[in-house]
Amino acid sequence: MYDPTVARLTYRALLGRRRALILGALPLLLVAISVVVRALAGADDQTASDLLGGLALATMVPIIGVIAGTGAIGPEIDDGSVVYLLSKPLKRPTIIFTKLIVAIAVTMVFSALPTLVAGFILNGNGQQIAVAYTVAALVSSIAYAALFLLLGTVSRHAVVFGLVYALVWEALFGSLVPGARTLSVQQWSLAVAHKVAGGDLVTSDVGLTTATVLLVAVTVLATWYAGQKLRTLTLAGEE
Amino acid sequence: MSAEHPVAAVPGDQTRIHNIGYRTYDGPRLGRSYATRSLYSQSLRGAYGLGRSVKSKVLPMLLFVVMCVPAAIMVAVAVATKAKELPVDYTRYAIIMQAVISLYVASQAPQSVSRDLRFKTVPLYFSRPIETADYVRAKYAALASALFVLTAAPLLVLYVGALLAKLDFTDQTEGFGQGLVSVALLSLLFAGIGLVIASVTPRRGFGIAAVIAVLTISYGAVSTLQAIADAQNSTGAIPWIGLFSPVTLIDGVQSAFLGATSAFPGAVGPTHGEGAVYVLVVLGLIAACYGLLLRRYRKVGL
Repeated sequence: MYDPTVARLTYRALLGRRRALILGALPLLLVAISVVVRALAGADDQTASDLLGGLALATMVPIIGVIAGTGAIGPEIDDGSVVYLLSKPLKRPTIIFTKLIVAIAVTMVFSALPTLVAGFILNGNGQQIAVAYTVAALVSSIAYAALFLLLGTVSRHAVVFGLVYALVWEALFGSLVPGARTLSVQQWSLAVAHKVAGGDLVTSDVGLTTATVLLVAVTVLATWYAGQKLRTLTLAGEE
Repeated sequence: MSAEHPVAAVPGDQTRIHNIGYRTYDGPRLGRSYATRSLYSQSLRGAYGLGRSVKSKVLPMLLFVVMCVPAAIMVAVAVATKAKELPVDYTRYAIIMQAVISLYVASQAPQSVSRDLRFKTVPLYFSRPIETADYVRAKYAALASALFVLTAAPLLVLYVGALLAKLDFTDQTEGFGQGLVSVALLSLLFAGIGLVIASVTPRRGFGIAAVIAVLTISYGAVSTLQAIADAQNSTGAIPWIGLFSPVTLIDGVQSAFLGATSAFPGAVGPTHGEGAVYVLVVLGLIAACYGLLLRRYRKVGL
């Protein structure tokens, strides 16, 4: 199911040249901000929770997920070089699965790791906040990567749609319409984080069972459907 | 016209170039400013997908509608309830809808410049009479105008609605004018930032994500820091933190000089002195974006 060559090529496409630097700028910013906050405000659990929840989990993880998920396949389809990959004797689901693994790994490294570092800087993992948000970031990395990889195979405007989902649906509608929160990767991962942290600082609107079922379902379905889409992929010309 | 030119003087060689009657162009030459204007109008139309495929019209038009519908709803509510004033200030509207504006910049800035880089059409532009500065000016002006249309249209809806609801004319006109100045600044600033980022990468998807990341992460970071400063009762620091993200910059300028209520935590807007710094930073950023774009296109695709 996992093909090392495809993985290597995908890593190169995602992190080659200056792209790794740009991807690395976001985590660095998060760590820098937490250093500033710690220096200004001292260790405070509520502040740490607000910063990690508001900035790291709500903004950074989805954006990195979009870049890694759609970037793993989108550009190849866009410039047509995916035909060289598809003409190799590899199963299409294998290609998708490999690219998914790479996208998940990149998202995790660039979002969950800095979340953990920032959490330890902010309040030294008081009340398990750093660990809880790291778990949330890890879990949501998987779901985001799968979702956005699917988007990358479905649409040419995958990045925009991914960002619309992450920023408009989860952030805007999620804060206005309570029902929208049930269908939000962020809330599902928070439910898992809530289980880990236990306290009242990390809360979610979704139950743990629902969240886990939905997370697994979304990841599996998105990956399966992306494989199906890739099997019947037609290369359209540039608009 | 001479019929043929012998090319090689080698005796016995029959190689020749024949003049097969290509004619020189002696019609009017429209020149540099015309080419610049054409590039401007094509880019502006392209920013709303006009003259492009149906698929590329969907997103900009959708964002335009999403931008205007809340304004229409507000007007309808104000008319129906016979309110004395509109539920939202003219200057506040763009701040509330910033996610939509950011998405628009992020989707259209790479559309405007990244494709020229990717398909290597930039050298073709420069083989015309236009210069680097013309190209940059046309693209910048086009995206800024497109953004101005996007942000000013809902204000117009609000204004017309307010007049229809027989609200105070001078009051509304003043607010509308202030709102227009603020969104004009916002359009210039956002267009500049979007174009600078997009012009670095030939890959559209990456450009979109980078623009969004810069706009939303900087806003998220700044508003988080401001909220913390507010909680720590260090209200003096709030305006200075606001200097570090485009949205809060515009917010600061308009709450210092354009009579807006600030969206900063605790509604602590900058004073006039701090507001002057805000204006300077905004103008400096716009100039810097223009300068960076000029630099970027000095040597491109050659």
